[in-house]
Amino acid sequence: MSNNKKSPYRHVRSDIVQLLATGEVFTSRDQQPTRYSYAEALLELGERNPDVVVLDADVSKSMHTHNFAKKFPRRSFNFGIAEQNMMAAAAGMATTGLIPYASTYAVFASMRALDQVRNSIHYPQLNVKIAASHGGLTPGPDGVTHQGQEDLSIMRSIAHSTVIAPADPPTAKLAVWAAAEWEGPVYLSFTRDPVPVIFDMDYPFEIGKAVTVRDGTDATIIAIRDLVVQALIAAERLASKGLSVRVIDCHTLKPLDVDAILKAARETGAIVTAEDNIFYGGLGSAVAEVLVENHPIPMKRVGIRDTFAESGPYLALIKKYGLSEEHIAKAAEEVIVRKRASL
Amino acid sequence: MAHSIMTIEELEAMAVTIRCDIIEMITTANAGHPGGSLSAADIVTALYFRVMRIDPKNPDWPDRDRFILSKGHACPVWYAALAERGYYDKAHLGTLRQLNSILQGHPDMNKTPGIDMTAGSLGHGLSAGLGMALSGRMRKKDYHVWIIIGDGESQEGSIWEAAMSGAKWKLDNLTAILDHNNLQNDDCVDTEMPIEPVADKWRAFNWHVLEIDGHDMEAIVEALEGAKTFKEGPTIIIAHTIKGKGVSFMENVVDWHGKAPCKEEAIQALEEIRRCGCE
Repeated sequence: MSNNKKSPYRHVRSDIVQLLATGEVFTSRDQQPTRYSYAEALLELGERNPDVVVLDADVSKSMHTHNFAKKFPRRSFNFGIAEQNMMAAAAGMATTGLIPYASTYAVFASMRALDQVRNSIHYPQLNVKIAASHGGLTPGPDGVTHQGQEDLSIMRSIAHSTVIAPADPPTAKLAVWAAAEWEGPVYLSFTRDPVPVIFDMDYPFEIGKAVTVRDGTDATIIAIRDLVVQALIAAERLASKGLSVRVIDCHTLKPLDVDAILKAARETGAIVTAEDNIFYGGLGSAVAEVLVENHPIPMKRVGIRDTFAESGPYLALIKKYGLSEEHIAKAAEEVIVRKRASL
Repeated sequence: MAHSIMTIEELEAMAVTIRCDIIEMITTANAGHPGGSLSAADIVTALYFRVMRIDPKNPDWPDRDRFILSKGHACPVWYAALAERGYYDKAHLGTLRQLNSILQGHPDMNKTPGIDMTAGSLGHGLSAGLGMALSGRMRKKDYHVWIIIGDGESQEGSIWEAAMSGAKWKLDNLTAILDHNNLQNDDCVDTEMPIEPVADKWRAFNWHVLEIDGHDMEAIVEALEGAKTFKEGPTIIIAHTIKGKGVSFMENVVDWHGKAPCKEEAIQALEEIRRCGCE
């Protein structure tokens, strides 16, 4: 969009901007699950860094980490269906200077093996990267047992944790590479279902630095993982109503970019958070904590209410469970009304 | 290094010292786990004063043997051995479980020199050791990884996940030692949740199994050396031990799992341990 100075978008591909406007972004051919982007990033990372090893728990075909195993058979370890053993073994490997990427699904990484993740990885602050696919409702048809709708909240509550949930394929790769440079445990949350490629590779990915991907003045939508694209569609929808809405890709839930949140709060005066994650303890809670203590303004949270979802197509699920662009846009309109009423 | 290899008699004398340290630490702290510390004392002594390749002046030496006390609550025995071996001043032993101490209630690798892995939540240590052993093999290092697990701990499913993978990767640089004292927090292991036939279980998991009297120093050293030279896969040494070993009123008494002796009891315990060492 460099030749269009009026575009509010930053780092968003120009062809995607057109599709956002028409609401057809999910018809884009250029989309893929970010779990695949994770595996692609590992192939390059494995070349660059001989300390990187990849651990699997019987989902290497699903996460495409079997490609790493083919390329680096001596640096690939499949633990079978035994996530607890995999996580503690990753901790042991990290004590020797290796950088293990332990790969499984979000429910198993953040719950089945949580004791190992807490006591053997985070407490000793070992340099393990936990790669979790199937975040939120993205494994739609698989149903509740495979929908990691709490992983962001659970991982955020652990001391010394770093929690990242990239929005699209390119930023997922950037996150994998950034994690390798970050000393200490990093939890990476990926999608099972495809998400459109939104961003250019010039996206300035830095752990802990939220990125404003759309400028706006009436309100700010702070979104994470698969709801960033929904937030962008919502912003387009609101633009057609004459509302100027900022969108922040808050890819790092922890450490939270407090400065970016407060800047948005001061400059736009109304905040909506959007996460494909349970309502408790995730992005909405984190942003609310910052605002309540520092700069209380009208705010609304979009997230999974106190419920489990069900099987179904991903896009139908986020619509049914209140996470789609329509819900985000409605929330934004509400906070703008409240903001204007209080002026 | 710079440590001459101890004879069996010297090891036995060191085990007496370590047992006394354990009683003194737990009595001073007025909390801790004496039973399982005393049952593992002879094994830990043999490892730190005879078998393991270590350098107390260089606790992070990349080529050192690794040790994990997976039954982390028995850490007084580990702390005593590390202090006696010169990793830190013995004065620290009096600070066990106190505020600002380097000696936490359960082992913390970032606070205590010589602790190779944080432990405390049961069923993690064998997996962590497995990771160290896989790394050693991948990088062509010749260090050995030693892990003490408990028999109560063997009720954790993750122990058997680790057992499967040790055999899958035929890790001859990995040795587990089962401190088989047949007591756990609530009751006898046999009564609460039996693990027998435990030797057959490990054989069925394709481990090389040795069984010894875990208080016979000569047998302990022989088994540990044997495990190190066995090259066809991982070894587990089933060490039959007595919980509370060396203190008459603690031996085989379930209540001494996690309780500190009072001063009078401590005096009697120390007398008995020293007398036993003189016999």
